[in-house]
Amino acid sequence: MATNPMHQFNVYRIGPEIKIDQIDISFTNASLFMVISSLIILIIFNLGSVKKNIIPNKIQLLAELSYSFISKMISDTAGSKGKPYFGFIFSLFMFVLFCNMLGMLPYAFTVTSHIIVTFVLAAFIFIGVTVIGFIKHGLGYLKLFVPSGVPIVLLPLIVVIEVISYLSRPISLSVRLFANMMAGHTMMKVFGGFVISLGLVGGWLPLGFSVALTGLEILVAFLQAYVFAILTCIYLNDALNLHH
Amino acid sequence: MHKRLVLYLILSVIAFFSNVYGAESEGMPQLNPEFWVSQIFWLILTFGFLFIILSKFILPKISNNLELRKSQILENIETAEKQKIESENKIKEYEALINNSKNEARNYFNEARKKIIQDIDKKREKIEEEINLEIQNAEKEIVELKKSSPEKINKIATETSAQLIKQLIGEEINNSSISAIVEDLSKRNKGKYYDN
Repeated sequence: MATNPMHQFNVYRIGPEIKIDQIDISFTNASLFMVISSLIILIIFNLGSVKKNIIPNKIQLLAELSYSFISKMISDTAGSKGKPYFGFIFSLFMFVLFCNMLGMLPYAFTVTSHIIVTFVLAAFIFIGVTVIGFIKHGLGYLKLFVPSGVPIVLLPLIVVIEVISYLSRPISLSVRLFANMMAGHTMMKVFGGFVISLGLVGGWLPLGFSVALTGLEILVAFLQAYVFAILTCIYLNDALNLHH
Repeated sequence: MHKRLVLYLILSVIAFFSNVYGAESEGMPQLNPEFWVSQIFWLILTFGFLFIILSKFILPKISNNLELRKSQILENIETAEKQKIESENKIKEYEALINNSKNEARNYFNEARKKIIQDIDKKREKIEEEINLEIQNAEKEIVELKKSSPEKINKIATETSAQLIKQLIGEEINNSSISAIVEDLSKRNKGKYYDN
């Protein structure tokens, strides 16, 4: 049913069914949009890096501005120690951003509107940050759960809360992105449905809302990618520079 | 080896859940685990590819470009400053040159004026000497004339009076007595005829 606002999130197989040991890894519309956004990122940034003009052309400017933007974000939140992770943060931000933005095209599939995708990204970040923290600080990384200046009476409670908040990081990170994307696209679909059902007489109001929502969603698409990347930087900062 | 093992473990857990909840196809398609494994697989593949290409090939180039630009701009600023200093030095040299030439011109002018004044002075002195000489000569002549004129006048007076007497009386009188009278007269009346 095309008017079902959740229909846009359906994943379906494109091409043949591929199975390895009974595990289905078929190419789907989600895979297609992952591939498309990766290719677009690679094409844009390759074009932006091949020429070495002193005065950059537009695409070079785009690539270089993105580079300095992410670079500044990392150095602001994680300091100079965060530099080795620049490539990962950059790829992460661009991947999420382009998946979000491509989802704004009509009939397009939004990769980041699926909890499993965002959760895998968040879980990878969570595990990676934890591993980095233990490598850098050994068992001292556990001090992260013991904030300084807390009365000893409150300490057991605080430690439990800190552990829970630490463990809920991947969930909050993934759900934030997924829920934002899903809610926005569902809203747009619902208002689009209103335009059709109310017709020429009353359809103008939801159409206006739809237009406004499109603008809002583009903002959200950028903002959520930014939030995802900057939270990753903050988690990385916790692992690199233990403050507690 | 470990990584593959962990991955396999995760995938099998997800596969287990997808079997359990596989029937739930209505509602949110996100919670339908049918394609979860496929999505994870393709996410790892595409994101891994993107990450490797970006961080190995593209990002170093961009950072190189940025640093190249930075260094070139710094170089340009340096050369600009050098050239500025050079031009300032040149301006100073130019001003010094102009001052020198002005001084030289002034010196030349002063020298020329001095020379001219000296020349004029010399010529004037010469002329003044000549004039003085002439004036002296003239004065001498005048003095001589003054000296000689009373004698001549006396002589003339003597001769004239001798002639007059001869014609009036017809008698010749001794010249010496007449001249004595004339001299006596001229001595007495000297103040009348000569102002000095």
